[in-house]
Formats: sequence, structure tokens, C-alpha cells
Amino acid sequence: MSTLIVGASAAGLATAEALRRKGYTDSITVLGAEPHLPYDRPPLSKQVLSGAWEPARAQLRSAEALAALEAEFVLGDPAVHLDAGERAVHTASGRVLKAGNIVLATGLRPRTLPGQPTLRTLDDAQALRASLLGCSRAVVVGDGVLGAEIAATARQMGVRVTLAGPQSAPMALQLGPLVAGLLGDLHTSNGVELRLGAAVTGVEPDGVRLETGEVLPADLVVVAFGSAPATDWLQDSGLVLGNGIVCDSRCRAAEGIYAVGDVARWHHETLGRLVRLENRTNATEQAVAVAANILGADQPYTPIPYFWTDQFDAKIHVHGLVGPDASIVEGSVAEGRFVVGYHRDGELTGVLGWNMPKQARRHRQRITPSCRATVAASAPAGA
Amino acid sequence: MKITVDQDKCCGAGTCVLLAPDVFDQRDEDGIVVLLDAEPPAELHSLVREAVSVCPASAIAVSS
Repeated sequence: MSTLIVGASAAGLATAEALRRKGYTDSITVLGAEPHLPYDRPPLSKQVLSGAWEPARAQLRSAEALAALEAEFVLGDPAVHLDAGERAVHTASGRVLKAGNIVLATGLRPRTLPGQPTLRTLDDAQALRASLLGCSRAVVVGDGVLGAEIAATARQMGVRVTLAGPQSAPMALQLGPLVAGLLGDLHTSNGVELRLGAAVTGVEPDGVRLETGEVLPADLVVVAFGSAPATDWLQDSGLVLGNGIVCDSRCRAAEGIYAVGDVARWHHETLGRLVRLENRTNATEQAVAVAANILGADQPYTPIPYFWTDQFDAKIHVHGLVGPDASIVEGSVAEGRFVVGYHRDGELTGVLGWNMPKQARRHRQRITPSCRATVAASAPAGA
Repeated sequence: MKITVDQDKCCGAGTCVLLAPDVFDQRDEDGIVVLLDAEPPAELHSLVREAVSVCPASAIAVSS
């Protein structure tokens, strides 16, 4: 039975690879909206934006590895309609692709402001790099992972940069107050101006207006305030949509139709509720689960969420659930390397490493098993 | 099977170590991947291929 994967980024590619690795020999087609071969997104806001890497270095696999996959890549042709009953996908160019199994891996669309750059694609990253090189003063709107990474990279490119957003500290939601405060200090000490705690109400010709009435001067405004699952094209598909493609515990949206990665909101069996994760590791781990279920494994998907971010000299790795009850369990702030444990009701729900990736991974194994389901349900979006 | 790792790409997630601890390790100081066995025995090939696929930095490659 043939398989069509809609989406040629990390989740789509990993699904094809997992199918082959598990012995699947029927045809696989991977449909991508962008013209590029599969590339990785985390480097876009760091190595590609800074110019440390040529864009080609963000490619996920070599030409040889892609050829060995024996999958057909149909690129530069966005999907525009799904007929779930017929298991047929219609594309912008007029193709109609039918398959026995369809895997939906269309990811996210960034929220934008008219006329302002954002960063989701490789083309976005290259355009933003050119804009940053030509600007004298930038404001990054958005204090989550992407905004904080763009601000750090821009500053390291020598740009005068202000980070604006409604939280009290960068990534406060994702890191908790202790580490978000330290991250704010790191940005400030490297010359980023933080204007946090006030919502942005609009972009004006000479800058960004805050709810306080203040205008932050800028000749470049970068928008990084979130994204939404790319499901517009599925409105009339018959699938259940709601903050993503709603799936059962096997990541199945309908008979023969699965969703994977940022776009998938699946039923968490232990909790009895729906979960959607926006992070890079979920894309590949969920792909492995979906491939197994296509091949009949009939297993629920229950990961421990994980994301990382690199900003200035800090490599931050987060496993599980972050919350207000945080304490340093290894290393120290003074050394510039430490592991934070997050607890709730006396149980370890998450760990964070600050320049201690290996040690954080080891502590991850102590996350209380009974917490893991809760962790998966409440984890914030990440890199 | 011959494995190569790209330490410049590695993000230190340790996903490979969780899957195949006899083949991969991480440096204590920065979590970057260390290859313990570049030509592992056949019984580990499937796990290594999974590590290649799920590595969140696409830092591992194999050739036959």
C-alpha cells in the first residue's frame, strides 16, 4: 500500500526514513511546498542567519542518503486540498496524488504583521540576514525561543537590537522565572536592550509602538510572536481540526490518514486529552511512532518533550515540564554551568541544563514516571 | 557500516546515546557527540540508523 507524506521537512523526512528502516517496500512520495530539498529549521535563526553556515549546510540529508531512501520527492508544489475519503491530495499545480496511507506533516505558519519580516523558511532566513546587515537598529517583537535566538544572533552580527514582548523575561514561559531571569541577564550583558513586560500594539514608520504609548525606534522590525498549525488547506477535508489536526492516540486522523510533527494534536491516552508539541525532537520521534503504526504496531505515542536553544555562550537543554519550583541540582550559576530540577508535589517533573547537556540528559532519567504523562500535556512550545 | 559524526552540527541532545550507548557518548564539558565505535557490529546497525534519523541536528551519517 503506497504512502504519501505531505510535508518535506524534518517530520516528513523522518517518517519516510522510519518506514524504510522498518522494512516498508511500497512506494513513498514526499510532497513539499517549498522548492528546497529537506532542510533543518533550528539552524535558521542561528548558523544560517549569522552566516556561519552556507545555507546548503542546513540540508538534512546528502543527495546519496536521499537517493537511498527510494522515495519520490515532489517539491515546490503546495498541497491545497485533501479528500479524506478518496485519500487524495490536490496540489497548487493541479496534481492529484492518491495513496493508501497519507501522512500530514505540514508544520506551522508564522503569525505575521503586514510588510514585516519573520523567520520560518530558509528563504526567510537569507532575506532576514540581508536586512539585518543593512539596518542600523532592529527591534525583535516576540520574547519566545525564536525571538530570543534572533535577537542574540543579530547582536552577534553587530546589530543594535531591542527585544520586545509581554513577558517579564525572555522565554519565561518555557524556562520558568529563575532561568529566564539569567537569560535576560545574558542578553543584557551582551548588549541586547530588553523592553519586556509591555505588549506591542503596532508597527509605525519609525519603530514599534508599545501599549504604554512608547515607540521603540527601529529601521527593521522582525516578527517572532508565534505561529499556527498549517491546516488552512484542510478546512474542507472532513478531518477534525482544532489547534492542529486532531488525532487519536496512534496519531491517526482518519482511516489511513496520520499527522506528525508541529501540526499534529493527538490524544494522550494516559491523560485522556489532546496534546500538540512544537519542537524539533517531537518531529522525528513522532515520525517513528507514526511509521510503526502504519505498519501495524498499534502503539500510543507518549514522549518526554525536549528542546534546546543556543544563545550567546549558553546552550540550554530542557527535558520535561518546567515550573516555578526550581532548584539547582548540579553545577552553579557562578561556574556558568548548572542543571536545574523542577518539582511539583515533591516529584521531579523536568530538568534543564545550562551548558551541561550531558548531565541534564542523565538527570532526565530521574523524571518521575507518573509525571511523564502530565509533562507531555503541558509542555510549552520549543525549538 | 561506517559512521561519521559532525561535531560542529551536534547540538548535544544525546538522543544517539539514549538509543545506542555502545556506539555514541557525549563530552562531559559540552555534551558534543563522541563516536565510541565507528564500525559497530551488525546487531547494532538498526539502532544506529534510527539514531541517524532522529538526531535533531542531523549530525550523524552512515555509509556501507
